[in-house]
Amino acid sequence: MAFREYKIGCFMFGFALSFSMFVTIFLPGLDISGMSSTKLALEKQLTYGWETGFNYYDPFLQGKDKPIKVVLSKDPRTGAAIDKTDAYVFPAGTHFPDGLTHDNILGEKVQAVSSSKGRIGEATEEAGGVFLVRVDADDTPYIEFATATRGWTADAVLKAADEQFLAGSGKTMFVREGCWWCHTLLPEETQDWQTFGRPPLVGDFNGESPTTFGSDRKAPDLLHVGARNSSREWMTMHFFNPRLVQPHSIMPRYDYLWGSKDAEGNNIDLAAWDKEYMAYADGSEVYPPEVPTPASDSEARMLIDFVLNLK
Amino acid sequence: MLKYLFAKENDIPQGTAALFFGISSIAWFIIGTGIGSFNAAKLAFPDWYHGLYALQFGHMRQVHVHAVIFGWIGMAFAASMMYITPALGNTKLWSEKLGVWNCMLYNVGLCLALALLWSGVTSGREYSDHIWPIDLYIAFVMVVPWSLNVWMTIINRRTQGIYTTNWFFAGCMFMTIIVFLVGNLPEWFHLTGLNEAYMTWWFAHNILGLLITPVAAAITYYIVPKITGNPLYSHRVGHLHFWSIVVFYSTPAAHHLMSSPLPEWLKSFASVEGVLILVPAVAYVCNILLTMQGKWSLFVSNIEIKFTITGVLLAIPLNMQGGFQQTRAINWYIHGTGWIVAHAHLALLGFSTFAEAASVYYGMQVLLRRKLYSASLANFHFWMLLIGFSLYWTSMTISGLIQGAAKIYEVPYVDVVIAEHPYMIVRWLGGTMVFFGNIIWLYNMVMTARAGVAIPAGRQPVEVAYTR
Repeated sequence: MAFREYKIGCFMFGFALSFSMFVTIFLPGLDISGMSSTKLALEKQLTYGWETGFNYYDPFLQGKDKPIKVVLSKDPRTGAAIDKTDAYVFPAGTHFPDGLTHDNILGEKVQAVSSSKGRIGEATEEAGGVFLVRVDADDTPYIEFATATRGWTADAVLKAADEQFLAGSGKTMFVREGCWWCHTLLPEETQDWQTFGRPPLVGDFNGESPTTFGSDRKAPDLLHVGARNSSREWMTMHFFNPRLVQPHSIMPRYDYLWGSKDAEGNNIDLAAWDKEYMAYADGSEVYPPEVPTPASDSEARMLIDFVLNLK
Repeated sequence: MLKYLFAKENDIPQGTAALFFGISSIAWFIIGTGIGSFNAAKLAFPDWYHGLYALQFGHMRQVHVHAVIFGWIGMAFAASMMYITPALGNTKLWSEKLGVWNCMLYNVGLCLALALLWSGVTSGREYSDHIWPIDLYIAFVMVVPWSLNVWMTIINRRTQGIYTTNWFFAGCMFMTIIVFLVGNLPEWFHLTGLNEAYMTWWFAHNILGLLITPVAAAITYYIVPKITGNPLYSHRVGHLHFWSIVVFYSTPAAHHLMSSPLPEWLKSFASVEGVLILVPAVAYVCNILLTMQGKWSLFVSNIEIKFTITGVLLAIPLNMQGGFQQTRAINWYIHGTGWIVAHAHLALLGFSTFAEAASVYYGMQVLLRRKLYSASLANFHFWMLLIGFSLYWTSMTISGLIQGAAKIYEVPYVDVVIAEHPYMIVRWLGGTMVFFGNIIWLYNMVMTARAGVAIPAGRQPVEVAYTR
């Protein structure tokens, strides 16, 4: 019996699939990779570090290997007053985002200015250091390696900081806890301007991974939530038990992110808290129990920092 | 199963691998829909349990998705391929031993993968949530041996040509491996930014479009002619279906990100290609429904045909939605709402699941050589699935339209949550019906193996009367 070998079919199949991938992967890849970073993309990379999903340096997504964002109002070296400045501290050994280690991420001009004016080429992961996001006279955003340009060391900047945000570790929590299954990070271009703010631009994502846009919105978009609500107290109550501040919320409680001790070192007894809360919920108590203040190294603090930092 | 792992190839009865895959798929279907029903309960009543932090919604949502896709649908596909491919090639499975090992390592890998997802160890990418070591395992331990068995069986066939179902099986397994390896490029090479976001959806689109829908369709290409006794209405329309799937279904990935800042040319291209999905869709549905000519009474009297044709009929609204909801004119309204959730369930729980359930029902009877234990329980399962799914689909579609309206009228989000509450309850009830229906199915299948009436040699299950 003469068996058919389907040679033409196999060839056509391979051709069709390859051509399809050429059009849907190669061409868009070229186009997207040619996009220059916006200022926001530089800030996000320096806030979130190398990778906020599973990776070699933080395999259980505990928020390790992350930079710290700080707000400065005085020069950490001289002590002189300066305009409020965001600085990104990479303790020694923290892995850099792709924009600092690959020269094809930031975009040609941003890369050139970051190298010449910003001296990012002098930064190493072993030594760590401090970075700033600046804009030059041509409106080109660039990264400045402040440890080289201004002599700001990581320790001095952390000591001089008015505020510290563990927003990079917080993004890891955002990914691990599945916040993005309900909260999108993508105001839509058509209808969301008024409610959720400016939709992102094409260059807003360079170097970010994962982008966690979210696809199934069951809750408000969070891309600019820190600009709508900047109250740390509100966020703390909301994460502990969303029904404390929004009775109709269907968000899960994240009280377990507080860990075993609160900021004052007292033990947190979730079962006891729950009992008092249920008494409040059924009307037999007038006030709900106090929400413990999260410890400075707790996962709750990281997540709250991440959300407040979404401006 | 364990006794066959180290048996000689010739000592393993034909159909063993398919049987193990079949029974595993039903078990995973129960697990997957159980988790789904549990998740839905939490969306309706967020405080209905206290203190079980391991059961957090954000950790379990993806476990539901991957339990039903890899556990139920994937294993039902493997079971179907491992008995249909040899039957259509007039030969036996290339290696039963490989199949049995494949089934065991598939189950072990899936347990590990879901445990990791459950504990929050994730890549943070929808549908490609698994971390890269698990991706490697899925590709090379779960999918490649399965594909190898399918391809080698087709190569060693004892028929001259290859029937439509087998082109789909062979082609789709090839495309799945390519899509899996290419779609996980962001993980292999740490791609970042919009490239990462786009590749995530390239993967999600193609894994659904090049594996789940066409393989489900291929199964119906086998089941309907086999049980009705009618030849396939048109082999040539089958060609049209296959080639238009390869060309049109592999290109519209960007339509999942219509409201993101992707290049405009890419979104427009994807949208046009997305409408062309109607070509394979219409070709397929017509081909199957015309094959039913003169045998429509089986739609009522035969449980496998009842499942299959219901699936094919559900493919009509599925493709009409799929073709048009991704155009800019409609997408702005329903993007990111419950409408999409309803559509995804129409594809997986509607069209695809009904086709696979038919295939597992039929395959288990053929492989066990026993008539289905109870027609009443099977009908009960069918109606639990259909009514449960319909409740789910209707409630989620309505809640999606509410969300869409709220989006344009800029209603405070909490009012959307309040308005959706009754639909969340209905969604939970629908999902729970599917879950309970599946438990009945497993019981029916176990009883078929134990107490089903033996089918005489040379006879089809359809030719034997039900005793219950």
